[in-house]
Amino acid sequence: MAHDTTVQTAGHDEHHHESPVVFGFWVYLMTDCIIFGSLFATFAVLRNQFNGGPSGHQLFEISGLAIETALLLISSITYGFGMIAAHKNEISKVIMWLGVTFLLGLGFVGLEVNEFANMIHEGAGPDRSAFLSAFFTLVATHGLHVTCGLIWIVTLIVQLMGTTAIPERMMNKLTCLSLFWHFLDIVWICVFTYVYLASMV
Amino acid sequence: MLGRLSLSAIPFDVPILVGTFAGVVIIGLAVLGLITYLGKWGYLWKEWFTSVDHKRLAVMYIVLALVALFRGFADAIMMRTQLALAYAGNPGYLPPHHYDQIFSAHGTIMIFFLAMAFMTGLFNFVVPLQIGARDVAFPFLNNLSFWMTAIAFILVNVSLFIGEFSQCGWLAYPPLSESQFSPGVGVDYYIWAIQLSGVGTLLTGVNFFVTIVKMRAPGMTWMKMPVFTWTAFCASILIMVSFPVLTVAVALLGLDRYFGMHFFTNDGGGNQMMYLNLIWAWGHPEVYILVIPAFGVFSEVVPAFSKKPLFGYGTMVYATCAIMVLSFLVWVHHFFTMGAGPDVNAFFGIATMVISIPTGVKLFNWMFTMYKGRIEYHACMYWVIGFMVTFTIGGMTGVMMAIPGADFVLHNSLFLIAHFHNVIIGGVYFGYIAGMNFWFPKVMGFKMNESWGIRAFWFWFVGFYFAFVPLYVVGFEGMTRRLNHYDNPAWYPWLLVAEVGAVLILLGIVCQLTQLYVTIRDRNLPQNRDVTGDPWNGRSLEWSTSSPPPIYNFAIVPHVHELDAFMHDKENGIDTRCAGGPYEAIHMPKNTAAGLLVGGFSLVFGFAAVWYIWWLAAIGLIGVIGTVIARSANKDIDYYIPADEVARIENEHSRKLMAQAAE
Repeated sequence: MAHDTTVQTAGHDEHHHESPVVFGFWVYLMTDCIIFGSLFATFAVLRNQFNGGPSGHQLFEISGLAIETALLLISSITYGFGMIAAHKNEISKVIMWLGVTFLLGLGFVGLEVNEFANMIHEGAGPDRSAFLSAFFTLVATHGLHVTCGLIWIVTLIVQLMGTTAIPERMMNKLTCLSLFWHFLDIVWICVFTYVYLASMV
Repeated sequence: MLGRLSLSAIPFDVPILVGTFAGVVIIGLAVLGLITYLGKWGYLWKEWFTSVDHKRLAVMYIVLALVALFRGFADAIMMRTQLALAYAGNPGYLPPHHYDQIFSAHGTIMIFFLAMAFMTGLFNFVVPLQIGARDVAFPFLNNLSFWMTAIAFILVNVSLFIGEFSQCGWLAYPPLSESQFSPGVGVDYYIWAIQLSGVGTLLTGVNFFVTIVKMRAPGMTWMKMPVFTWTAFCASILIMVSFPVLTVAVALLGLDRYFGMHFFTNDGGGNQMMYLNLIWAWGHPEVYILVIPAFGVFSEVVPAFSKKPLFGYGTMVYATCAIMVLSFLVWVHHFFTMGAGPDVNAFFGIATMVISIPTGVKLFNWMFTMYKGRIEYHACMYWVIGFMVTFTIGGMTGVMMAIPGADFVLHNSLFLIAHFHNVIIGGVYFGYIAGMNFWFPKVMGFKMNESWGIRAFWFWFVGFYFAFVPLYVVGFEGMTRRLNHYDNPAWYPWLLVAEVGAVLILLGIVCQLTQLYVTIRDRNLPQNRDVTGDPWNGRSLEWSTSSPPPIYNFAIVPHVHELDAFMHDKENGIDTRCAGGPYEAIHMPKNTAAGLLVGGFSLVFGFAAVWYIWWLAAIGLIGVIGTVIARSANKDIDYYIPADEVARIENEHSRKLMAQAAE
């Protein structure tokens, strides 16, 4: 029976005992995708409503953005290394890679907060114009997701510490977080191109 | 320290509210005292509040829905009474700011907490049993969904006594709902109630989608799935696609209000029509989320009481899916007057009319099911036939308003109000009540009293026409919605008739309460007991279990051979239950308080956010996150029912079945 809690290799379980967790999380992510879709649509409607304030062209700086993007994309790779280690049941490596991913993600959030703080300091806060409202909301929603991901990573690191095997439930959690983390990467690529690059050209 | 909250927020000066508050406190204390006196707290906590059993959650959802019905109906009859009085020199008894809160609360409560909760209750009860599953895919999330819905309803009701509710209608259109024009806490109560209940609804959608995709009994292919499950499936998809849009629309409104942003404001480049587009991109699918499961109920009730298989199963499935897709293509018909231009309006007008085709297919399918059937006029069938008549009229007035030119005249008039009550009461409410009468014996183990059910139907049915046909008339005569006073003598008699209708509906609700009371009082009479678990000679798998079903639903997961699996088994002498075993130990999820805790902390968070009490909001938020993390670390989440225990329960039921057969 599939009730034991040892590691299970996918696809060999009895069909009716397969955990629906990963599929369910996939489906949930698609609903999250609609949240982002609605925010992108909102941004598209309001992107030229500057209200006499600064435009994206004047505000955005490509260098900081490039670093942010690099940090997030690399963190997806390091998370992937963590998943490979998890499949090999090498717990200390999983913790190490999760730690690296956490630091990269933290760097991303830190740079984003810094960018926001500078903009608000210059008088270009979210209450300045509809364009800036839409910009801050879309980008901060992504940033908030990354922050949730960071909390999740810490939680899993703590839960993994001192264990010797990765049971099915933990594997599911790692897989869900993996999906979440890569999903945020994809969203970021859309943000980067549609919000930043398209505003700068 | 307390943000915006002060003693002046409590409306001591409004006698209606003080009276209501006193009533709620007295009844509340009486209920709490009774529970304490009977020593039932432990029972409620262990067997209900922390339960992850879909059957228990279903009952709690429907109880919540009935409480919401009383609140929402109290609002409704107050409005009708105001309009029966407030003609010419008489200002009525409700000042505008109070009246506006009442119609806003009425719509919000009826849709989010009566209809959605009732629907989720039916899903919970029926879907796992119909597909031969032991529970839903995520039992803990199911419990969490319930508590999020329940605490959001509590938050709406807190607004009665602390502060105020929104005065901006059930969808809180900006710019009226912006802080410039609504500086009070009313809209904030609305925002947080919608957002918190939205979490619950979204998780319900995901949960049932995954349950239906992944957990059907072996052999149950898509086209062998019962129609109610199909409708639950389509409604779940609609929830998953549309509720995130609602979350965004209301969140952006909140950002405008809390952070001075400019999404929908008059200044700063905001765009109010964007709010309308977003909210109706949710709102139109929402009405189909509500009515499609009602169609599912009719598709189960009509065959059972016509003693025939459903006519045109395949077309029923395709019609349901077609309605699901089309529901996303019509949202602009809610604001033809936006002035998007004749081509856009023509597209959305035609798309709207197209929906009447699959809906017509369904109506004909039900009628052909009844045709040459041996129809038993059970109380359920009264609601079904009442639906057929009423919903058809409502659908036709809908097609009238789908004509953009006509809509320019009828937009925001009482004609519109009459139309959507016509489809929501005649479609959704009649359907859910039919479903409640139909599945009640399965839930409780005894049948509902029929004569009081039929009386309730007649009062509702006649009351509906008295209450809403006059609104069609005054709508044509130019009366707009949300008026709380008028001078036009032509409207006055019609609004008096509508008041009579509201009183008749009140009597209908009284009959329903009496029906519940009589049902419970007479539960042990032999003719009311449901010993076999199959009181209506049912066709789908839920009727193969005992009533109420054991906690694990199916000792042995049934194999499905045909559509109408249980009827097929009965006709071919197959024992769906596989009585006698051999039985195995059954893996079940443990009850948990985590859902209740997350709900409780969310309520604290929502209340604190409404009043700007930020330290308390932080406590609520940390509580939510902490509970979720603790739940994630909890390893003690499941248990096994031993095979002996399963055998004991099953043999007990077999013994009862044989005793019944011997009589």
